[in-house]
Amino acid sequence: MRTQPTHFVLLARLLHWLMALMIIAMLFIGAGMVTSVSERHEWLIHLHKPLGIAILVLVVVRLLVRLTTRQPPLPADLPDFQVLAAKASHLLLYALMLVLPLLGWAMISASGEPVMLSTTLQLPSIVPADAQLFAWLRKAHGYLAYLLFLTVLLHLAAALFHGWVRRDEVLDSMLRGRDRH
Amino acid sequence: MVDRSSPNAAPPERPQRPPLSAASLILRLGGIAVVVAAVAGAFAYVHGNFDPQRLTPKALVDVLEKNNGVHPGFRRNHAKGVCVIGHFESSGEARVFSTAQVFNDPSTPVVGRFALPAGNPYAPDSSVPIRSLALRFTQANGQQWRTGMNSMPVFPVGTPEAFYQLQQAQSPDPATGKPDPSKVPAFFASHPEAVPFLTWVKTAKPSASYATETYNSVNAFYLVDASGKKQAVRWSMTPLAQDAAGATAPEGGDFLEKDLVQKLAAAPLRFQLNITLANPEDPVNDASKTWPAGRKVVNAGTLVLEKTQPQLSGECRDINYDPLVLPAGIQGSADPLLAARSAGYADSYLRRTSEVSQLPAAKQEARP
Repeated sequence: MRTQPTHFVLLARLLHWLMALMIIAMLFIGAGMVTSVSERHEWLIHLHKPLGIAILVLVVVRLLVRLTTRQPPLPADLPDFQVLAAKASHLLLYALMLVLPLLGWAMISASGEPVMLSTTLQLPSIVPADAQLFAWLRKAHGYLAYLLFLTVLLHLAAALFHGWVRRDEVLDSMLRGRDRH
Repeated sequence: MVDRSSPNAAPPERPQRPPLSAASLILRLGGIAVVVAAVAGAFAYVHGNFDPQRLTPKALVDVLEKNNGVHPGFRRNHAKGVCVIGHFESSGEARVFSTAQVFNDPSTPVVGRFALPAGNPYAPDSSVPIRSLALRFTQANGQQWRTGMNSMPVFPVGTPEAFYQLQQAQSPDPATGKPDPSKVPAFFASHPEAVPFLTWVKTAKPSASYATETYNSVNAFYLVDASGKKQAVRWSMTPLAQDAAGATAPEGGDFLEKDLVQKLAAAPLRFQLNITLANPEDPVNDASKTWPAGRKVVNAGTLVLEKTQPQLSGECRDINYDPLVLPAGIQGSADPLLAARSAGYADSYLRRTSEVSQLPAAKQEARP
């Protein structure tokens, strides 16, 4: 019988913290972008597109790492509803990390604009130009981004709850590679 | 997603933690609340929730809707227009200033739109002395150049804030339901930057034809050459073969589209793309200021318009003529109106593309 790991592997922890930074930055960039008419609007959009594609690439790598490595178990004494909440919110986080960049890419495609990551780097369109499809994708991109932000807040609150209130090994398993003692 | 340990696995070693005192528990839960509230608060700050005065794309489009009424599915400004299809033939003369493929290739397809700068799609053609021409060039490499040009040489104001205030001055007064006639003169009295525009508009008459107007980029851009050198420019489309130039507009409604259909049935219409090169001292970031006469002008090529399409079924309907959709070799200047146009057009585009199903049937573009 294999013993259960007590921590996430180094690559999983690196991906987690790198993407945490990128996703928080992305959510703030998006929020500032859609509420500004100044030059900020322009430079934020130019950050938003390549950063979104970088997140898409990283989440694919991350899913592969997730599926090919072993994860530390949740504490055995965790109440059932918290286990359910932990599993459901992680599933939602993975789904949104994957879907949001795809929706962004698809909505630009549907608008008929070339999908430019820089002045010269162009991605192919992934859906045909279609006004009604654009409106649907654009709204889905916006609403799901707010949902991702709320899920991130919940994730943050839960992580601190594990670390500060329950004082179990959950937060530690993502912070470091070995036990403290 | 972490799995709970299976029942037969040895539970991880975990030192027994003494239970928290009530005070400590409240302090720790409070700490979590503070962290979460700080992140949520920072997000709300960036989102503008604490700054109701911030000019947002929504506010810009809302004031246009307030002044013009909501016409579902139509553009929130320049609502009345007609699609045109054609191509651009490069002269090759702009090649030394810009690497954009459109200036190099012999022919680039174009989907354009002539329009009235008014928010009401049923406004009479004689109601405004200005006409606009928007173009989308699709280069062979897939990059696009979109430009929205107007027949005025300068913009009334230089900032989005002033543009917003000018729109507010034209909003209906809640008491009377009509705009307060003293507000626009009061606005211009406190905005001396509008003098060049006001001087021009005094002599401007509604033209009888879209085909006889010169359309100006108004905002400045940069052409970027192969070595990365940037040249500030403004451009305009000048009609060739002005047979009926200066004709006065007939009274009434919808003569512009009829005239255009008629002209294009007879022969294609040609416009020359003139690119004016700024001198180093010329104001690049202020669309309310003209550039002195005598600047070098490059003839970049000829726009050939071949046919029209109705705006409710034509290819131009679903194009957002965002002036910052630019190919490599052309860049926006720091003119604050450019970013505001881009942001405002995006908001208008989302509103109208959400309403496509509410548009009147394309063939009966009659008044409701």
